[in-house]
This record gives sequence, structure tokens and C-alpha cells, in this order.
Amino acid sequence: MDLALRLLLELAPALGRAPAWVQAALAAFVPALVCFTFVALGPIVYVYAERKIAGFMQDRLGPMRVGPYGLLQTIADSVKLLFKEAIFPRGVDRRLFLLAPLVVNVGAFLPFVVVPWGGRLQPVDLNVGVFYVIAVSSLATVGLIMAGWASNNKYSLFGAMRSAAQIVSYEIPAVMILLVPVMIVGSLSLQDIVSAQAGGLPNWFLFRFFPLMPVAFVVFFTAGLAECNRTPFDIPEAESELVAGFHTEYSGFFFAMFFMAEYTEMFVISAVTSVLFLGGYFAPLPELQTLGPVPLGWLWLLAKAWLLVFVMMWLRWTLPRLRVDQLMHVAWKVLLPVALALVVVLGGLILWPATAWGFPWDRFVGWPITLVLVFFLLKVMVRALRWSRRRAHELATIGLER
Amino acid sequence: MRQWLRDVWEGLFTVLVGMRITWRHLFTSSVTLQYPEVKWQLPPRSRMRLFMKYEDCIGCGQCVRACPVQCIYLKTEKRPATEPAIWATTGQPIKLDVTLFDIDMSLCCYCNLCAYPCPTECLYMTTEYEFATTDLGEHLYHFAKKDARFLTEDPKKKAEPPAPDDGGRAPSTPPASPAGASG
Repeated sequence: MDLALRLLLELAPALGRAPAWVQAALAAFVPALVCFTFVALGPIVYVYAERKIAGFMQDRLGPMRVGPYGLLQTIADSVKLLFKEAIFPRGVDRRLFLLAPLVVNVGAFLPFVVVPWGGRLQPVDLNVGVFYVIAVSSLATVGLIMAGWASNNKYSLFGAMRSAAQIVSYEIPAVMILLVPVMIVGSLSLQDIVSAQAGGLPNWFLFRFFPLMPVAFVVFFTAGLAECNRTPFDIPEAESELVAGFHTEYSGFFFAMFFMAEYTEMFVISAVTSVLFLGGYFAPLPELQTLGPVPLGWLWLLAKAWLLVFVMMWLRWTLPRLRVDQLMHVAWKVLLPVALALVVVLGGLILWPATAWGFPWDRFVGWPITLVLVFFLLKVMVRALRWSRRRAHELATIGLER
Repeated sequence: MRQWLRDVWEGLFTVLVGMRITWRHLFTSSVTLQYPEVKWQLPPRSRMRLFMKYEDCIGCGQCVRACPVQCIYLKTEKRPATEPAIWATTGQPIKLDVTLFDIDMSLCCYCNLCAYPCPTECLYMTTEYEFATTDLGEHLYHFAKKDARFLTEDPKKKAEPPAPDDGGRAPSTPPASPAGASG
């Protein structure tokens, strides 16, 4: 907050003579505006990325027509949605129907208030940051149920009930795992949690307590995936069963708002996961933390969050949708016991002074795992590229050159 | 407990296998053709739009009989004896004047059955496939033309001296748009 104020005072020195409350209001308003703009424009990028990734993963090209490489496709689509009529079917509860997309969006946007982009680059450093994130991100569920209920449509209500059941179920393991970094650091503030992971990749919580924290990461990421209704867990909007779930009756810009909320929520979950497990705004090598005088922390957090967003999209185009009973099975019989066991075991380990911050071998685990993973992915990638080139050559030899 | 562990492991492992597959496909080249810019080169025997070389037609009507959907319309008149004798390029004398040879490509089922019996091989299918129109009537192609220039000598007879007046031969390659496309 004071960083924003200092920046503002440097840009407009006359502001220094303004009353304190004006300064405070501006210092609160400007970062919020920056954050909101960034987050609101994000879905344009994510929708394009999603469609491109989907295309490539299915050996297609994705959008190619609007602008170079289809770059303007999302903008064209959102303009189209803006100009479309917002239809209110007979029998909807108008007030709730209108309010629902707003509530969903508020629930998606509010966690950004506490995401730390740098040592002081954080809209508000709440001392109950983690708690706040949980509380606020649950608001989206209320919005979904409002949408489903107000639509006066049995499929919408079905979708809403499913999403409520799903999010409530998956929040429990997620919160359990959230406790682990909180227990290690002893603070609920996201800033403190990031600071505890300073000093390069082996210090990230992902690689602490070696076999245990990766499991915690997987559990948390899975639960997060379920919380933003993404594909392996997208039964609330399962198009093959429920038309479109809770947003069946929505059209035009209200429909777009649900998508904005979904993609924003994806980014929020990814950002929070990066903060909790992947070292937040810290670079994997401490030398890369700044480029000369320019701090790169925000870029690192962005890169990590986008990496996780990419993994979410990757999973979406890999896995089929779960059945409702399978969904509940995963939440209550797999994730919850694992999360409980992790909390108990890690809690005990943290209490023991020798392992309060991790096992002795943690230093030597982070880099090898990362490198092996990157190597494996590169290997598959190179093989795929080589295969493509060979196939192109074969096609050319039989006269089907493109 | 052991079954539970096995199930969890299997679930995780199969997800990773699937992710490997999609990761591989992320980098394989796409199979999409950007159609109007890039076109698939059709094999030479593709059965697309019909073309008929009017100068070679002897008006035998076998194509009309062969057509299963009756999309070829043929009208012939006996060539008057006063007119000069004409031949098809394959050597058959043309005894009938073809006054009308229309093919309705909107009815055509692309079976190629009309091309097989043609004795002079003047009716065949081309690789041309981009002939969509906004008016269905434009799919009725008129192939009979008034200004056709036929062979006035038997091509079999004059094998040894090269005919000086062979300029009367019509171009043998199908033009980009066939004879009566604007009809």
C-alpha cells in the first residue's frame, strides 16, 4: 500500500498537499484498479490460450482466422457477446438472475486483494490472508446456486446443486492442506508464507519434507481444480448431461461474465498455489530475482501461475469428466484421508525441532526432480517434433505435400 | 488398504500417462488444411465436376441411358447430307448434330457411370470441385455450342501427311469454366 502511495507521490507531487484520507483512498484505489484491470483482461488471454492448446493437443490449429494466428478471436467473441441480447426467460427471478454473475465474479476477484506480487507489491497484507482467501473464494458457490435457482430451470438447479456439493466437498481437503504451510510458517499472512520460501527452488514448500509436500501439492491442486469447476470435475456444467448447468439460461454478457469468473478463478487458484508451494514471487535461482535494478518478482509469480493454468488446461484436454459418485469418492475417500494424514504427520514433524523446517535431505531433492521432469518433457517433445518432420516428409514423397 | 493404495496409484499413474500423450500431441504438427489458402491436391482420377468435349460427341446417348439419376439431357438431329462430313478425334464419323447437351450437376451423383460407355471418351469427370453457386439453376451446364469447330477430315485416313488445316481442332483441355457455364 505504501509502495503505491510512494509511486503516486512521485508521479504527482501535488498530491502530497492533499488530505490524508484522499491519499489513503487513492493508495487503495489505484492498486485495486491495476489488479482488477489485469485480472479482467486476463480471460481474453486465457480463452485464446485454451483454444489454441486444445487445438494443438488434438492436432488441430485452433483459431486462425481473426487476426494473425487468430489472436483477435477472443476480442471478437467478447464483442459479439456484448452486443447480444440478454434474454430473461419467463419465470426467472429477475433480481437474483441479474445478481448471480456479479456475485460469482466478486468471489473470483476478491482473493486478488492478498496475492503478493513482490515484497511490498501487494494490495493489502492481511494477517489472516489464507483465511480470507478461503472465505472469499467460497462466495462463488453462492453465486452459482443463485444462478441455478433464479433460472427456474431444473437443469440449472441440478448444476448448481452439484457445484455446491462439489465445492463444499473439495474445500475440506484444500483447507486441510492450506494448514500445512501455515503450520510451517506459523502465520496466516501470505507475505510471511512467501518469505519463508526465499532462497531458490530447494527452499520452496513443494520440496520440503520431501515425499510429503509433493503429495500435499497434488492434493491441493486437485482440490483447487475441482473448486473452479474445470474439466475433470466440471459436472456442474456438464454439457452432455445438463445442457450447460447453472448458466443454461444466461445469454450475452451475463454468460460471458460466468466465463470471466471461471478463468479468473483458475488464475487465482494457480496464484495461491504458487504462493503456498512454489515460492510465490521468488525466482528458482536467487540470482534471477532482479534484472539489474528491475525487480522481477511479479514476473516470476505470473510465470508460475501461468504454468499452473497451463497444467489445468493440459488436464482439461487429457481427462474425461468424472461421474458424480466418482467425484465424491475422490473427495471423501482419497483426498480427505490423505490430507488428514498429512496434517497429522507434518504437524508432528514440525513440532520436533530437528525437522521443524524440513528433512535434512530436502536441499538435494528439488533440483534433480525439476530437471528430471523437464528432461522427460523435453524428450517427449523432441520425439514428437521428429515424428512430425518424418511424417511431413513421408506425405511429401507420396505427393500430399502441404 | 492395499486395494485402496493400488487404486490411488493407478488413478495417478493413468493421469500421468494421459498427460504424456497430450503433451506429445501438443508438439505434433496439425493435420488441418487452411482451406482456401492451402488446397489438398486431388488424385487425377477424382470424380468431381463432369466435363464434356462437345467436338467429340457423336450423340449416341449411351451416357443418358447409363445415368442413374437422369441428369443428362440430350437432343440430336440427323445431320443433313448437304453439310460437310465431320469426325470425332477418335475417328468415329459424327452423323448426328447434338443440338442440346445439358448436365444438371445439382442432380449428379458423381457415380462416373456415364463416362464408361462413352465411345469417344468425350465425357469425363474433372478434378474441379469448387463450383458452388448461390443459384441452383447455375448447376445446369450447357455443353452444346453453336461455334464448335469439328474435324472435317477423318483423322484415321490422314495419318501420314500432317494436315495443314488442322487448326480447326478445338482445344482439347477443359477450359477453366466450361462452355455454357453462364447459361
